Amino acid sequence: MSAPRAFAPILMILALGAALPFVTSSNIILNGMVTTLIVALAGYGWNLLGGYGGQFSFGHAAFFGTGAYACALLQQRCGVNAWVAFASAITIGGGVGFIIGYLSFRSGLRGSYFALVTLAFAEVFRIVVNASSFFNGAAGVLLELDARPGNFQFASRAAYYEVALGLVGVALLSTRALERSRLGAYLVAVRENENAAKALGVDTLKTKLQAISLSAAFTAAAGAFYVQYFLFINPELGFGASISIEALLAPIIGGLGTAFGPLVGAVALHELGELTQWLLGSLPGADMALFGVFLVLIIAFARGGILGLLSRLGRGVHGMAGEVMP
Amino acid sequence: MTTILEIDTVTKRFGGLTAVDNVSLSIEPGGIVGLIGPNGAGKTTLFSLISGFERPSLGRIIFRGDDISDLAPDRRAALGIARTFQIVQPFARLSVAENITVGAHLRHRSRAEAIAKAREISARLGLCAMIDKPASSLTVAGRKRLELARALATEPVLLLLDEVLAGLNPSEMRDILPVIRTIREGGVTVIMVEHVMQAVMNLCERVIVLNQGRLIADGSPREVTRDRRVVEAYLGQGAAARLEAEHA
Repeated sequence: MSAPRAFAPILMILALGAALPFVTSSNIILNGMVTTLIVALAGYGWNLLGGYGGQFSFGHAAFFGTGAYACALLQQRCGVNAWVAFASAITIGGGVGFIIGYLSFRSGLRGSYFALVTLAFAEVFRIVVNASSFFNGAAGVLLELDARPGNFQFASRAAYYEVALGLVGVALLSTRALERSRLGAYLVAVRENENAAKALGVDTLKTKLQAISLSAAFTAAAGAFYVQYFLFINPELGFGASISIEALLAPIIGGLGTAFGPLVGAVALHELGELTQWLLGSLPGADMALFGVFLVLIIAFARGGILGLLSRLGRGVHGMAGEVMP
Repeated sequence: MTTILEIDTVTKRFGGLTAVDNVSLSIEPGGIVGLIGPNGAGKTTLFSLISGFERPSLGRIIFRGDDISDLAPDRRAALGIARTFQIVQPFARLSVAENITVGAHLRHRSRAEAIAKAREISARLGLCAMIDKPASSLTVAGRKRLELARALATEPVLLLLDEVLAGLNPSEMRDILPVIRTIREGGVTVIMVEHVMQAVMNLCERVIVLNQGRLIADGSPREVTRDRRVVEAYLGQGAAARLEAEHA
């Protein structure tokens, strides 16, 4: 695929998305879109490692929470500027990803063992943060409201939305660039057959470590943005299982190992949640039950997710679904 | 330095089984060397030791003067050792072109260069018609070619072929023999494990025979097929004597 054909659909969709606040000023819609984009961003992180690299993590909350807490605490405790704290949180998240990756990949953990270890790391983080007064324990961290752009806080929802869209845009473009790089080719080779990759000179450990560091950095960005938006984080929100699940549901439902998968999946999940609420009222847990049913259907009948289904049905949306796995 | 590869008193044990037993041999650059022996002789294990998928229990493996016994497979590939697998290992859901490109990336960081290299290799191996098909859709012969193409894309100096002819019909075999010859003419040293004796006699200047992990014969194809120990390894003890008696 030539460079314009690879990147043009992404830029078009981002431009369309950027126009949304000019169409609606409804805070409910914009708020829904911001939370959707946060899930999408976390999903982009997961997709790099899980979708392209075939290493399924069940604990991306570890990175989401790290990003959120690092961003909040750097501002609150050290008086660091919010933008600097945001950038540092991404770096710290990537570092935590590297360490968790090193510990698990070094010992050769794959498949369900890797999934379980990541789940364990996220749980350990949650319990430690919950118990430690340094992290403010179960009460969580509250950021002071000071709505100035220089402070990464905005008075309008629209501004938050545009920033979130920008972050997702960076993730989308990076994913597409990865597909067209040596690292991307190596990562997919590792997913398909690790021994064959080694025989062709692929340093599989290094490849997986690069992937998990990048992956963690994107998910940490989602966490850091979350805290800038809600100005609050606690152990359950940061390190709880629900964000780990959302981060993997979005790409799986959208289309595993595709550039648009996490975005499509996050939007579908959001709409599905809205639909449940509209149909069943605010029955507690109903949306989660429906997500579960949806996931089962996707795994049973549409392995390539929504994009895979679309490309099978129409073969029309090529730029979007061209590289869906069969 | 006249040898490209030296196997220095190498032994490999798996628990109580000695798969390779005190084997020493050296390979000169250029040429095609055949590695034969009955099932379970240790041929594939020897390949795994050379390519780094197994480490020797004893002994050393020296490649172009350097001891590589402790290097991981990917490091050895970078030094110029490529292998194919007896049971083909394609990246099943990737296209033929993508499969070969992974190999080409070893010497070409840029994607455009790697893709160009992959196209060149697939043209050489007659894979052009199926370049955009997923590897999983290839026939046995196609997969063997792909395995070979991927290994060649790493631009090796030493190529280990593990039964690339197995499972091919005679016409497919006729097609692939010249390919192997052109690989040698390109300056690549080839060691091939093969059961198809006709091909071995046809291609190899030198044949090494393993039996139960031990090296039992080493010489030209004619010499080796007349060797008593080789005949007995394949046909059982006393077979050589019986054959001689019949011919007498």
